[in-house]
Amino acid sequence: MDASDIARQMKDKNARPLSLSGHVGFDSLPDQLVNKSTNQGFCFNILCVGETGIGKSTLMDTLFNTSFENFESSHFEPKVKLRAQTYELNESNVRLKLTIVNTVGFGDQMNKQQSYQPVVDYIDAQFESYLQEELKIKRSLYNYHDSRIHVCLYFISPTGHSLKSLDLVTMKKLDSKVNIIPVIAKADTISKSELHKFKIKIMSELVSNGVQIYQFPIDDESVAKINSTMNGHLPFAVVGSTEEVKIGNKMVKARQYPWGVVQVENENHCDFVKLREMLICVNMEDLREQTHTRHYELYRRCKLEEMGFKDTDPENKPVSLQETYEIKRQEFLLELQRREDEMRQTFVQRVKEKEAELKEAERELQNKFEHLKRLHQEERMKLDEKKKLLEDEINAFNKRKSAAELLQAQAFSSSSSMNIKRDKDRKNDTACSMEYSMK
Amino acid sequence: MAELSRELPSRQVPATDFSYVGIDSILEQMRRKAMKQGFEFNIMVVGQSGLGKSTLMNTLFKSKVSRRSATSTIEERIPKTVEIKSISHDIEEKGVRMKLTVIDTPGFGDHINNENCWQPVMEFINDQYAQYLQEEININRKKRIPDTRVHCCVYFIPPTGHSLRPLDVEFMRRLSKVVNIVPVIAKADTLTLEERDDFKKKIREELSENDIDVYPQKEFDEDAEDHLINEKIREMIPFAVVGSDQEYQVNGRRLLGRKTKWGIIEGIITSLFLPFTVENVAHCEFAYLRDLLIRTHMQNIKDITSTIHYEAYRMTRLNDIKTYTNGMNGHESTACEM
Repeated sequence: MDASDIARQMKDKNARPLSLSGHVGFDSLPDQLVNKSTNQGFCFNILCVGETGIGKSTLMDTLFNTSFENFESSHFEPKVKLRAQTYELNESNVRLKLTIVNTVGFGDQMNKQQSYQPVVDYIDAQFESYLQEELKIKRSLYNYHDSRIHVCLYFISPTGHSLKSLDLVTMKKLDSKVNIIPVIAKADTISKSELHKFKIKIMSELVSNGVQIYQFPIDDESVAKINSTMNGHLPFAVVGSTEEVKIGNKMVKARQYPWGVVQVENENHCDFVKLREMLICVNMEDLREQTHTRHYELYRRCKLEEMGFKDTDPENKPVSLQETYEIKRQEFLLELQRREDEMRQTFVQRVKEKEAELKEAERELQNKFEHLKRLHQEERMKLDEKKKLLEDEINAFNKRKSAAELLQAQAFSSSSSMNIKRDKDRKNDTACSMEYSMK
Repeated sequence: MAELSRELPSRQVPATDFSYVGIDSILEQMRRKAMKQGFEFNIMVVGQSGLGKSTLMNTLFKSKVSRRSATSTIEERIPKTVEIKSISHDIEEKGVRMKLTVIDTPGFGDHINNENCWQPVMEFINDQYAQYLQEEININRKKRIPDTRVHCCVYFIPPTGHSLRPLDVEFMRRLSKVVNIVPVIAKADTLTLEERDDFKKKIREELSENDIDVYPQKEFDEDAEDHLINEKIREMIPFAVVGSDQEYQVNGRRLLGRKTKWGIIEGIITSLFLPFTVENVAHCEFAYLRDLLIRTHMQNIKDITSTIHYEAYRMTRLNDIKTYTNGMNGHESTACEM
């Protein structure tokens, strides 16, 4: 590349191209950068999605030439779960923190409608925790263990016909969140011709359903050629094996059948070498970069917009963070105020109602009391009347009694005048009785 | 294809070695991506006029990155207030492309009253941080945020031979908190070697008395190896430099140098009949400065700017917003909350 070509390629119009008259030394910059990264270590996270028993763990073991802790899962998981395990691998001077996430129970349930959800949720959770770290005031992004999924290997069952609807649905949900590389598992069960047709069918189904799988980048000249060739071999038909079989005088990784041996690293037998090449040797960095600049940015944008943040307000002026804060805070306080008022209203209402009830009760009681009081008074009056009558009778009787006694006494004292007396008495009597009857 | 065939294990690695996976190829991938993207470096030069700032920049980058003021009158050359002039260049070496920005500060320290002459500089540096922060908190972010943050500030100390002036102390004290400062003794060819060493010692003492942390800062040494290398550098700062963009013929080689009447006398001090050359470390420490800034520590300088200085700025800025909008409730802890 001569200087003038580069100068022409410069998109930055602010900078003038300049030629150097000697060796300055900044060509060591890439080395300095690489050294720094080596000291920091690298992170890579792989998600394996596929049915139980399809060979995910074996493939991982084969890919990284080691045996990770593997648990055989049962087919009776009620829901799809994800299991993540982190390992530290060292090769030459490179330290890699590898995280392998496996789906457990995928495709085993009778109702698979929600099978994709735990996977989507897991990916989102990793983005969320990175976003939270990025938004912190005091943050340490450079020490942060990046758990975002960089690549998703989707394992397709080697039926030889087409993709299952579960596969299509799941991949459609995942394609905007993660780089998907579809692989055909257990490829030693398909014949060469069937495989060819199968691959074409799968790719056409993916295209017609609008599923965007990861394309190996072809913009960098040094790898464009090999990447574009490999793009044509997707999906890779892989075989995994950690057992070794003696072929000739070498021990190779292979699967031994009564009818022959399938060599994992033989390109005529399966695409394992291609997968390893593409995934690790050529495009690992690009996968990480795509995850960060495309998928993560998309997630971040959606999340922040959801939370109500905008870059520009209705007049298209850039909204400063401060203003956004103010607005949000005002809204929040208003909301609080409104709720408080509402509650207060309800409270006052209830109190009033209660008060009214109590008043009502009081009034009733009062009424009753008065009513009873009146009754009592009436009773008393009546009784008083009767009492008076009685007293009158008693008085009258007493009078008559005394009068009668007097008469008797007079009768005893004078018998001569008895007739007169008798007459008088009779007169008195009649007078009395007349008086009496007149009373 | 030739580059990749070496990575296919079946051809390269002996058959008995099964452990090669290819993880270390990530270094190569990273290097490729970095070369494709290109690098950015922003360097600021601060010092009185006439100390040789532009010449030094031109020498450092072996091209005319700073135009020396060729205007005649002093009034035109020294602006009324400290100006900040920033010029960018695209340079390329062995396939590595870099956008170099040299930020000049004409007018610094040139007035009679130089109080607060650091203020425009501080403002400029903080503005760059603010710009970067604004880009970073945007919802629709650019794929690669343009980095205009000042990575390194080269401060020119006039070769008085005595000690730092109050202006120097004030400036460096304030700015060492926001940017990496690399102090240099300008026009070092006016000092003899002993004078130079004394001067340097005095300067180092004064720096530590005033708690001025210049690059490389002690607290950011990552490990023992780092510490060792940086200690050697710390023993040499400030570098005594001379800039030159003129070449002379010396012993059949074309070298950068300064031709003076005293050339031979100076040569006596180091070795007879050797005229002064810039790259000769016995004469001046330009080579050390160049190595520090460009060949070995450039990435580290950029890292310290982004992980330490920028993060400190961001933290203060976001905390200010928090206390401003918080009022009574002090419960927020994120930059974008709800």
